[in-house]
Amino acid sequence: MTATIALPSVQSIRARERTLKVMRLVAPPIIVVLAVALLFWWISTLPLDSIEQRTLNPTYITARIREHLILTFVASLLVAVLAIPAGILVYRARSAWVRGFFLTLGNIGQSTPAVGVVILLAIVWQTGFATALVALVAYSFLPVLRNTMVGLEQVGDDVKEAARGMGMTRNQVLTRIELPLAVPTILAGLRTALVFAVGTATVATFINAGGLGDMIVNGLKLQRYPVLLTGAVLVAAIAVLIDWLAGIVEDFVRPKGL
Amino acid sequence: MSDTVHTNTGFFRAISSQSAGVSLELDHVTKHYPGQPAPAVEDFSMSIEPGELIMFVGPSGCGKTTTMKMVNRLIEPTGGSIRIDGKDVLSLNPNELRRHVGYVIQQIGLFPHRTIAENIATVPKMLGWKKERIAERVDELLRTVQLDPAAFANRYPRQLSGGQQQRAGVARALAADPPVMLMDEPFGATDPITRERLQAEFLRLQAEIGKTIIFVTHDFDEAIRMGDRIAVLSDRSRIEQFDTPANILAAPANEYVSSFIGQGAALKRLALMPIAEAKLGPAAGAEGPKISIGDNLRDALDLLVLSGAPRVLVTDADDRTIGTLDQAGISSVLGATVPVVGAPAVTP
Repeated sequence: MTATIALPSVQSIRARERTLKVMRLVAPPIIVVLAVALLFWWISTLPLDSIEQRTLNPTYITARIREHLILTFVASLLVAVLAIPAGILVYRARSAWVRGFFLTLGNIGQSTPAVGVVILLAIVWQTGFATALVALVAYSFLPVLRNTMVGLEQVGDDVKEAARGMGMTRNQVLTRIELPLAVPTILAGLRTALVFAVGTATVATFINAGGLGDMIVNGLKLQRYPVLLTGAVLVAAIAVLIDWLAGIVEDFVRPKGL
Repeated sequence: MSDTVHTNTGFFRAISSQSAGVSLELDHVTKHYPGQPAPAVEDFSMSIEPGELIMFVGPSGCGKTTTMKMVNRLIEPTGGSIRIDGKDVLSLNPNELRRHVGYVIQQIGLFPHRTIAENIATVPKMLGWKKERIAERVDELLRTVQLDPAAFANRYPRQLSGGQQQRAGVARALAADPPVMLMDEPFGATDPITRERLQAEFLRLQAEIGKTIIFVTHDFDEAIRMGDRIAVLSDRSRIEQFDTPANILAAPANEYVSSFIGQGAALKRLALMPIAEAKLGPAAGAEGPKISIGDNLRDALDLLVLSGAPRVLVTDADDRTIGTLDQAGISSVLGATVPVVGAPAVTP
């Protein structure tokens, strides 16, 4: 009697990996298109009253999507421009105090409820786009800062020592070795920040900064569930699509050889 | 700063043109870390001839790596001076200095996001070499370390085996043809078979290029195999004995050195001696197993023990018997007087 343990062959593992990769590439857009199509088909079967007609039309919806996307992307861009250099500086500072200060700052930004930040800022400053932007940046700052630091820290000591031993200056080690090797981690942080921002941008509506939050809140207040549902599904769809796009970009930008 | 760099360009050009090795002197070098009761390296002095392969051997934590790293100033000495070809390294720009000192570490540290060719090109690129010259050099080096350029130049480090990565690491350190090389347990992380092959390859390479090398190891057998001279180090990088492998094996300076040599010192010595060093008996009419004059005495003893014969026949390159060798003959070589300390012996 022989007992054989069936081990998956290398080929079958590779094949499964490939299938998973294709799925990750193809599935999200298909799901999003299906969900949105289903939603619009359902709405088209409904008799809409005048309130619903005012929001459930292409002009209104496109305008909200536009506001939402602008808010998201501008915030994410600002986060990238601010948080990545901050992460590099904190990493280079190597001082526990500086490190603690920045992490605490980021933590405060993230642990405060987004609605609270938006409304407080509106009270002490002003309502509108700029305020929503500041709140969003504060909220998405930490994942990028933390991932930048972690990405730089996880670069192997052996690699850094070899680089120093070959006569690279500290700046050359940073730009030629550490940063390229940290790119995957930094990008993962940016991706998280982007998806965060899509969700958080819905609260911009409370301070009159527009976005798809308008539809959700109006739908709730006026008890028009088709409006509420449309807003919610669109936010979710945008989040999934952005995550998908960011994933593709990650695959392209990641240094080869890792 | 820029002034220093400027005036030293001439020096670097001068030592680069002597890529076959330059002298290296460590003079009362000390490293004392602040807040530590005892120095890590205390009053270390050593004079290394051009083209010598010097082994630092000692237990972990004895300061051998610290001593080595002070040569390229990855660690700054707190006292004493280090001179490469007569020039104090402390007067040089440390980054500039490191570009002219080859450096190989146990973990290799190839840059994972760069191809093997790009890795090897690192220092030449920093030195501003022309593209064609770099490409040529990379090709030449890959062949030197027995990696086929067509197959390996464009691969990434993780696509190579441990032994292949270590070869690429050595090629990278040799890229700008530095006269001095520092090697920190370069073969320590490879399996025994690969290690032996890398050691043999490296010795062959060194016979051609003749660099001045400091090679750190904790493996005494590796030290015997590789070194022109061995420095046996104890705590705070104290030199217990600094001599050729044969002399250390024949006459260990003290108990500490003996304990480092371990069991079988006589056998290790025999492995360093070619049969030609023994006095052969007459060849006429003798019977027995044959061994070539090019082999070492340990091989001869091995054959004696294995065959049970009273003597072996020693043959020359044309397979003619030129003499016989028995156990007494081998023993008498071991009993012979120790050769004079001084000129570095060349390891076969």
